[in-house]
Amino acid sequence: MVPTNYYLALAAILFTMGAMGVLIRRNALVIFMSVELMLNAANLTFVTFARMYSTLNTTSVYNGQIFVFFVMTVAAAEVAVGLALIVAIFRNKQSIDVDQLNSLKG
Amino acid sequence: MTQIDFYTILPVSLLVVWACALLLVDLNITKERKGLTALLAAVGLAVTMGVALTQIGQNYTGFKGMVVLDGFSNFLNILFLLTGMFGIAVAIGYLKRMNLERGEYYVLMLFSVAGMMLMSQATDLIVTFLALELLSIPLYVLAAFAYSRTESAEAGIKYFLLGSYATGFVVFGIALTFGAAGTTSFAAIAAAVASGTATTSLLLAGSALILVGLGFKVAVVPFHMWTPDVYQGSPTSVTAFMAAGAKAAGFAALLRIFATVFPSLANDLMPVIAIISALTMILGNVTAIAQTNIKRMLAYSSIAQAGYILMAFVPFADKSIRLDSVSAGLFYLVAYTITSFGSWGVVMAMEKAEGRGLSIEDYAGLGRKYPLLAAAMTVFMLSLTGLPPTLGLIGKLYLFRAVMEGGVTWLALIGVLTSLISAFYYLRVIVVMYMKDGDPQPANETWLGLTIGACAVLTVIFSFIPQSLFAWASQAVLKLF
Repeated sequence: MVPTNYYLALAAILFTMGAMGVLIRRNALVIFMSVELMLNAANLTFVTFARMYSTLNTTSVYNGQIFVFFVMTVAAAEVAVGLALIVAIFRNKQSIDVDQLNSLKG
Repeated sequence: MTQIDFYTILPVSLLVVWACALLLVDLNITKERKGLTALLAAVGLAVTMGVALTQIGQNYTGFKGMVVLDGFSNFLNILFLLTGMFGIAVAIGYLKRMNLERGEYYVLMLFSVAGMMLMSQATDLIVTFLALELLSIPLYVLAAFAYSRTESAEAGIKYFLLGSYATGFVVFGIALTFGAAGTTSFAAIAAAVASGTATTSLLLAGSALILVGLGFKVAVVPFHMWTPDVYQGSPTSVTAFMAAGAKAAGFAALLRIFATVFPSLANDLMPVIAIISALTMILGNVTAIAQTNIKRMLAYSSIAQAGYILMAFVPFADKSIRLDSVSAGLFYLVAYTITSFGSWGVVMAMEKAEGRGLSIEDYAGLGRKYPLLAAAMTVFMLSLTGLPPTLGLIGKLYLFRAVMEGGVTWLALIGVLTSLISAFYYLRVIVVMYMKDGDPQPANETWLGLTIGACAVLTVIFSFIPQSLFAWASQAVLKLF
């Protein structure tokens, strides 16, 4: 069995990649993908801990697995809204580069 | 599932069912009669408010400890429902004037209010997360409601990207907290912490990430960058709702999580929160001075106000005063919600199509030509500054007292000094209204006028009977500890 720490390290790397991606990338779609990466890193952490506790305690801990389903569902809802917003901004600006979202200033 | 389970979440479920039904009913309402949708939505909120009022003083736990009905949630539910009603009242005329009248607006608002209410009732991190999203996703859509205008679409996408970024932090923080304690229930996490079975380092990292994520939602420095743009670009009726409701809901979640789940971490977290609070007050107030657009000025002011509310978290480690400090936070939340809603209402009255009428100079001459509107705006500005005779003053007094008792005098001092700085830009609005000549033409809408009037009257009246409101707030938080 792969040790728990390996999964956690992978999740931490994925989360950092996502968090940095949001800050560094300029394309709204790529930023959005980075956010999804962060959510999936959290999912991996949930599943890892749920498995760890299940093997430790003999009684199963389902909270982690169930949370993953909720995160996936909510992420799907976010995709629906987010893509609609990206289409709306593309119709306005003919671009989804976040550097060009500069009509609000002060 | 028992009756108690359903009774616990009766207001929330009532509102969600009503919103779903309204979505269908709205299909049959013609475009000229969208006022009917608004009316039905308001009736839904009123019915829910009725149920919430009958639940005052009751304590139930539902769904095996996932949600709870207690004084705290009841107090906040009433506040959120009031915000929702105000939100609909000001939107009716505004949307018509701005040519934005569509039925979804009211339905989305109902869903968002339901999310806020669930947030205050959640006692499990799963429910907190779901409530946070139920509150946020409709708001992303509402921010971009005038999507044919570039500013609104831009506000929507900025809010969406940064909001989901914050969600990422919250979810990862919850994952680490779950890893530390092996459960997502507030009570069970607290028990695991108390018995020493929880991993402290994971718990600390988890709580810090949750703080970052919720910090984005309530817009505290350094997570405030989205606020001015989003508040400026969104339709003003949405901004008012966001500034009052969404912020209060974020603080509700913060208060409940940090009061019940992480009290043992108080000594580690409180210096961080004190510094965030101080930075928020300073940056919000100083940046607001330079603004010429009133929406942007009020956005920075709302950032600064979040800093004041955050002060309530600072004396948390001290068991003897945390009751007082949380009640003071709740009191200030009410004061802020009513006052800021009123001030956004005045902005809505003054706004013209195409984003005109939003500069502070446009308020010149309001004092002479429309004395009532100017008087209301004066009350709101005084309350936000913290001058008598308003609710804002009393709220600040309670907060500063709690912080002083907690021994964090430097923070109270920064609070007082930044209030002085804030007087500069709040009073400038009053000066422009009364001492400059101009020809303002505010919109004359019944519901908008009534809401502004109600907010102004509440702001003044409650300042004369603050004890009763404060007693209700302390009653509400009593069960938390």
